[in-house]
Amino acid sequence: MDVFIPALLTIITAATPLLFAALGEMVTEKSGVLNLGVEGMMVMGAIIAFTTVHFSGSVSLAIVTSILAGAIMATIFALFVLIFHASQVPTGLALTIFGIGLSALLGQDMIGIPYEGIPKIAIPLLSTIPVVGSLFFTQDFLVYLSLAMVLAIHYFLQKTRPGLILRAVGDSHDAAHAMGYSVVKIRFMAILFGGAMCGLGGAYLSLAYSPMWVEQMTAGRGWIALALVVFACWRTGRVLFGAYLFGGISILQLHAQALGIGIPSQVMSMLPYLATIIVLVIISRDVSKIKLNAPASLGKPFHPSR
Amino acid sequence: MVYLSPVLALVLSLLAGVVLFYIMGVSPLAALHAFFIEPLSTGYGLAELGVKATPLVLIGVALALGFKAGVWNIGAEGQLTMGALCGSLVALYFYDQDGFYILPLMLIAGVLGGMAWAAIVAFLRVRFNANEILTSLMLSYVAGLFLNLMVHGPLKDPEGFNFPESRQFSESALLPIILDGTRLHVGAVIALLVVAWGWMILSRTLLGYQIKVAGSAPEACEHAGFSFSGIIWTTLLLSGGVAGLAGIIEVSGPIGQLLPNISPGYGFTAIIVAYVGRLHPIGVLFAGILLALTYLGGETAQIQLNLPVAVTGVFQGLLLFFLLASDVLIRYRVQFGKARLAVENK
Repeated sequence: MDVFIPALLTIITAATPLLFAALGEMVTEKSGVLNLGVEGMMVMGAIIAFTTVHFSGSVSLAIVTSILAGAIMATIFALFVLIFHASQVPTGLALTIFGIGLSALLGQDMIGIPYEGIPKIAIPLLSTIPVVGSLFFTQDFLVYLSLAMVLAIHYFLQKTRPGLILRAVGDSHDAAHAMGYSVVKIRFMAILFGGAMCGLGGAYLSLAYSPMWVEQMTAGRGWIALALVVFACWRTGRVLFGAYLFGGISILQLHAQALGIGIPSQVMSMLPYLATIIVLVIISRDVSKIKLNAPASLGKPFHPSR
Repeated sequence: MVYLSPVLALVLSLLAGVVLFYIMGVSPLAALHAFFIEPLSTGYGLAELGVKATPLVLIGVALALGFKAGVWNIGAEGQLTMGALCGSLVALYFYDQDGFYILPLMLIAGVLGGMAWAAIVAFLRVRFNANEILTSLMLSYVAGLFLNLMVHGPLKDPEGFNFPESRQFSESALLPIILDGTRLHVGAVIALLVVAWGWMILSRTLLGYQIKVAGSAPEACEHAGFSFSGIIWTTLLLSGGVAGLAGIIEVSGPIGQLLPNISPGYGFTAIIVAYVGRLHPIGVLFAGILLALTYLGGETAQIQLNLPVAVTGVFQGLLLFFLLASDVLIRYRVQFGKARLAVENK
């Protein structure tokens, strides 16, 4: 037990940024837009959150600014894709390249500054339960927020009318347009929400997971989040499962070293990337399953006159 | 407009650069001078431009072939790494020998290494329908870690005081310099040949035609009996091979040994190169030189004005953004005033 509880705790911290980003991207994709800029939005969230907390000392302000940073990045994307009708794949790539560059520029004075990390909140009574208490009821509030978002997004998409409209826009933008819904407005909001969530995911990385700033500290997590959405077949519950699965894989290296397993650290670091490829292969090989679950208009441009 | 939009994008990026430098408290004129004029003012600077443009042009041409077909290989960085690694194995095997055969063998091994890495992507896409964007990118991270592992382990220089570096390549494993007193090497000539080769393929062969059809009208591709799987395989193998070639050229040219880090993101920047070059080999040549200038200018600006190197990345991102935005002018006509129906325009 002494080994497992810390291990499970690190899984939770490793999974949370993936969960935020993948949930956000899933909502964006549900509206029919493929935003490949997740990595760029996350890394911007990370640097903005860290800079804010360094200068103001306020964690809540840092959360707000990171959400804004992600949303602003997403606004750029939305502007290009929805207003200028740029194609989604290269625009998303541009967003990632731009975000990595800008975050490196903004963060040049932040390298090497220590930060103690955001405080954990112990829920009264529940946190005193042995094992379960320290695992699930003594976390920082972003972990609780990420789990609440799983429920909220599931409820929104499956049980509410706006959620139904969002899915309709993603499945057939022409039909939704014909019914009088503003495809552009709805997609704009979905992209913005996705960006905000990616900003939050980035903030979790630089505030809690490894409280510091390193250039490109997202290290491909944005891309793993994108793969998670496919892995989850665009379903909220499976995004949660996938994020924790990958959180588990990505912390294996820490614990393998601690246990003295003689595998080179580089090989252990490869695991999350290899696992991403493997799950993609397993999920994608069933073409009909992907076709049934993917939003039918995903990645297709929309212009009302066509 | 097709050829004007990269120019428009460049002008807009320069304007954005002026604003950026102003915010950073640097004289925009001095910064732009350091970025775009200074590197070009000496013969050595021009040669360095060629050195930096070589991998960008090589990979840019290769990616353009794939992008034209709608095959999104964005893992050129990984293919470059594996090419560099495989080619270096040859160089390190013959480290105490001289011979004319070493360099050609290295280049071939580099091409094969890049091809093999891209073949994984092609196989997973064709056989299992796995998205090539994600698999190629994931494999880039894996390749980077693998290179790191090799340089820290088996390929470490036995006489290197435990630094994570391979042996220095022997004289006959280094690309010949074509301009005395500079670092400009034969790789630049190879890059020009690849540009010509890419242009030949796209405009003069059936394969080039198939690539264009696959990208612009996938259904027509199917009806014409072209195999889309075949096109995926071909474009990925070609782009992987050329990226691998760029990798071994980089290692046996300016670097001269294997290091944990051999590329400042050439494989990713080449995506911008391919786009700014309008997915046309000749355009890619110019775009490669332009983006090489941003690397070179970034270094100059760092030395002269103490600007962070990261400015380069921001500038490159801006360039791609503005290019994609100005493309709207190609596809749509801006109308001022009240919108009119198409029939009224007659």
